[in-house]
Amino acid sequence: MISAPFHLAGERLALDPAGVLFWPAQRLLAVADLHLEKGSHFAGRGQLVPPFDTRDTLARLAPLLRRYAPERIVFLGDSFHDGGGSARMQSADRTALLRLLDGRDVTWVLGNHDPVAPDALPGTALAELRLGPLTFRHEGVPDNRAGFELSGHFHPKASMTTRCGPVTRPCFLADARRLLLPAFGSYTGGLSITAPPIAALFPRGGRAFLLGRERLFSCAVGPMKHLALTRAPVEATSLS
Amino acid sequence: MGTLPEPFSGWFAARGWVPRAHQLAMLAAAEAGRSALLVAPTGGGKTLAGFLPTLVDLHRDPRPGLHTIYVSPLKALAVDIARNLLTPVAEMGLGIAVETRTGDTPANRRARQRATPPQILLTTPESLALLLSLPDAAALFAGLRSVVVDEVHALAGSKRGDQLALGLTRLSALAPRMRRVGLSATVAHPEAMAAWVAPDADPASVQLVRETGGTPPTLDVILPAGRLPWGGHMGLASMPEVYQKLRGAAVTIVFVNTRAQAELCFQALWRLNDDNLPIALHHGSLTIEQRRKVEAAMAAGKLRAVVATASLDLGIDWGAVDQVIQVAAPKGVARLLQRVGRANHRMDEASSAFLVPANRFEVIECRAAIQAVAAGEVDGEPPRPGGLDVLAQHILATACHAPFHPDALYAEVTRAAPYAALTRRDFDDTLSFVEDGGYALSAYERFRKLFRDSEGLVHPRNGHVVRQLRMNLGTIVDTPLLKVRLRSGPVLGEVEEWFASTLEAGDNFMFAGRLLRYERMEPMSVIVSPGGDGEPRVPAYGGSKMPLSTSLARRVRAILADARQWRALPEPVQEWLRLQRHASELPSRDGLLVETFPRDGRWFLVAYCFEGRLAHQTLGMLLTRRMEHRGLGPMGFLATDYVVATWSAFPPEDMADLFAEDLLGEELEEWMADSSMLRRSFRNIATIAGLLEKNHPGQEKSGRQMSMSSDLIYDVLRRHQPDHILLRATRAEAAAGLTDVGRIGTLLARIRGRITHRALDRVSPLAVPALIEEGREWVAGGVEDALLAEAEALVEEATDGAEHFTGSLGLDPTQPPPEPRSPRERRRRPPRYASRRLRQGVS
Repeated sequence: MISAPFHLAGERLALDPAGVLFWPAQRLLAVADLHLEKGSHFAGRGQLVPPFDTRDTLARLAPLLRRYAPERIVFLGDSFHDGGGSARMQSADRTALLRLLDGRDVTWVLGNHDPVAPDALPGTALAELRLGPLTFRHEGVPDNRAGFELSGHFHPKASMTTRCGPVTRPCFLADARRLLLPAFGSYTGGLSITAPPIAALFPRGGRAFLLGRERLFSCAVGPMKHLALTRAPVEATSLS
Repeated sequence: MGTLPEPFSGWFAARGWVPRAHQLAMLAAAEAGRSALLVAPTGGGKTLAGFLPTLVDLHRDPRPGLHTIYVSPLKALAVDIARNLLTPVAEMGLGIAVETRTGDTPANRRARQRATPPQILLTTPESLALLLSLPDAAALFAGLRSVVVDEVHALAGSKRGDQLALGLTRLSALAPRMRRVGLSATVAHPEAMAAWVAPDADPASVQLVRETGGTPPTLDVILPAGRLPWGGHMGLASMPEVYQKLRGAAVTIVFVNTRAQAELCFQALWRLNDDNLPIALHHGSLTIEQRRKVEAAMAAGKLRAVVATASLDLGIDWGAVDQVIQVAAPKGVARLLQRVGRANHRMDEASSAFLVPANRFEVIECRAAIQAVAAGEVDGEPPRPGGLDVLAQHILATACHAPFHPDALYAEVTRAAPYAALTRRDFDDTLSFVEDGGYALSAYERFRKLFRDSEGLVHPRNGHVVRQLRMNLGTIVDTPLLKVRLRSGPVLGEVEEWFASTLEAGDNFMFAGRLLRYERMEPMSVIVSPGGDGEPRVPAYGGSKMPLSTSLARRVRAILADARQWRALPEPVQEWLRLQRHASELPSRDGLLVETFPRDGRWFLVAYCFEGRLAHQTLGMLLTRRMEHRGLGPMGFLATDYVVATWSAFPPEDMADLFAEDLLGEELEEWMADSSMLRRSFRNIATIAGLLEKNHPGQEKSGRQMSMSSDLIYDVLRRHQPDHILLRATRAEAAAGLTDVGRIGTLLARIRGRITHRALDRVSPLAVPALIEEGREWVAGGVEDALLAEAEALVEEATDGAEHFTGSLGLDPTQPPPEPRSPRERRRRPPRYASRRLRQGVS
């Protein structure tokens, strides 16, 4: 696994092909959108999808924690699929999660799916976290005064055209002011970076880093202002 | 053999008809109380033969209540049969109530039908399944005397057929005096069809009535006046000749193999149409209203020709079609006969049909098809075992009707032929999947869908479970479709979502026989306006092509291997085969010819397997995986109906190893993980089994946020419970149908020790049609990453490193912000388009 160096506000960050971010100076690992217990959430609504999503997500997180040995973990929100998620965890999964968090400083940035602090888990729950020049929040703020921002929420994915057709992968998306992280959870899908809500955050384009097995694949993304603008009226007419 | 009773014999006589032997035989079977299967060619008066016993019985002993259910695979057919049945019923004054019940039947009539059922009800497998899930089904069906299943050959072996077969076991349980009647076109495996119809999966308990008569059709080949194309499947080069045939006949059906081909042929004929002949287009993606209009115009004799896909294979009698033209190779003899039978529709007159091969290989295939028809050979695989996903749906539907005992239900479903070999373990696992998901981790106890009472009877947990089942009943899982709508105009039909997603404003495409310009996307529809310039595209639809049948493939190999048979082929084809003999050699009847040659710095391997496109696609995946293991650096492959070809960095040499039978071991397992085909298969299975909800029109918007991608579920389930019942079902489906793994197994066994490897210095004549084929595949997984790296590197190279990422996007707090980009630069498209331009430059 080769991580890609990335600079934001003069800080050196590392983008990992597994879809997490490491900040060496702070020994901090950031992970977005775990959506733990999404399976049991669906089961409650009558769709008995496989209940292994929480353990699968944690099993993918474990080697990253071993590799980077962070002192601090920041979960960028939607860590649980719903407010009751943490209470629904199987005891084996809870034990596994506690072991992963043990001895580290844990921050739960609150998301729209989990607006409350998780039940009986270590760490601090915050609406947003400021650390040095960087701000960690769940949903990016489409405003230049947002500061230098790291966020999740949108589950970005991007396509690159290859000689055998387009290949679509979850991705990081960055410009000079912000970095959008891909969703990490095993049951999380993706939203194309050309979709209006993401385009609105990156009106002048930026750079996408598509996740690969061993490394990231990066490509420039042209300005997306027109996407954010032209799509809006269509949405509006469909509501009327 | 008896005669018809009055008033039936009088009615027949008044029309100048004589009852056919098979009609009397069907009547005799009914008198004896036996189930029966009628196998007869199209136009044999099959439907009447199916209904006569019912009409005679109800005439003798008029009584209210449901007497006969007729099930047809097509809604339209049910409606049409009702109309045709009403005529004799009225003319003989039989006073029998005949009604239809399909998804289109209004709710008030459906409610009335449950309270006061007609004596004859015409319906579809889906509507029958819904009726059977109702609590009052037992009362409704208790007095049922017979069920007539039309087009059995089209249902048996499909998931709709599985569902119907299970439904029939329910009917037999609810209506013990019910007889079964099957109506089928000529098939390769009549015994298997009889077993399918039988109440106990035993063909011996069904009276098999066969009508073999009928004059064999006259078949001929049409070749283009100009050069015979090397490749392509559209057959457009022959359209002038096809047009001449249309002019010479009163009514023609031009059958094609895909919807895209239908659009293109229709356009081509329209351009040639100097005589302004009324020609219409008919395919499954046009609106139903549009299709009905074309069918009505055809029946009324207002059309000279219809360009049609399989959408016209089944269905009603048109009367006066006097010519059928099949454009592109027919791929299967049974289908060819079905199509040819659309002409004349009378058994005692020869149907006349023309075959229009699209390329050189297809000339040989058409010759093989004509030989097969002359030899009276019909192809087709025996129906495969029933799907466990359909069984899961049936189990839940049965519980919704009334509580059941698992032992009794197991005994019941194994009386259906598709499930005759179902093991108790598979049944129990399917049942436990329906109950609580059947996961190794028992996490969902409190979300169970079914519970068992103290006597062991299984009940649905609540009304929500029942509603959910009724909403998702059925086995047809559509790919996401978007409507094509003219701006402030009518809906023209539907295209697949992925095709729509490739359109950009200003693009134009051909649809419903018109040239359309894409304007914008709205939720659920694509807005278009007429016209547009530039090269139009044609929407393609997944899975619409049928692979070459095994028996046709055998005949093609036989023709290639035997130079004496070449004389029947046109001169350019003979010349082509002679060239091949000179440059390499021809594939033998039973062995495998493999050619390798260098080209563009890569090594090509072409294997002439003739096992059909689906099997070749799977074989291509397996072969490239093995090449990867052997360090040959495979880069991609392509699959046609005739060959599979790969290209790699290093020359493949050990063919016995590459094509060894253990290819179906480790490589198959690995491939399962990545195959997009298996993922699609899993999605359908998970939807039918009730794990995923179907998309319902209108609900789409809210549904999208709530739904979960089946790919994610597939990956997680594979990692944590690889033997879960749904994954077992997916593997079984891959082996039996979709991916033709079975055919690969037979091939590998056949060619062992019989592989001829020719190392050539350039491409051989026989390989050319394959190598200019569109739609190349590449190896998913590792190679997908290689492709990404390649695309990334190309952009870097083309932009002289200006696009190279150095780890920073500027804007350091210690630095001033960068200048805003110029407006021109800002309008630049996202890079995926940029790299597409690059790709065109490179390939």
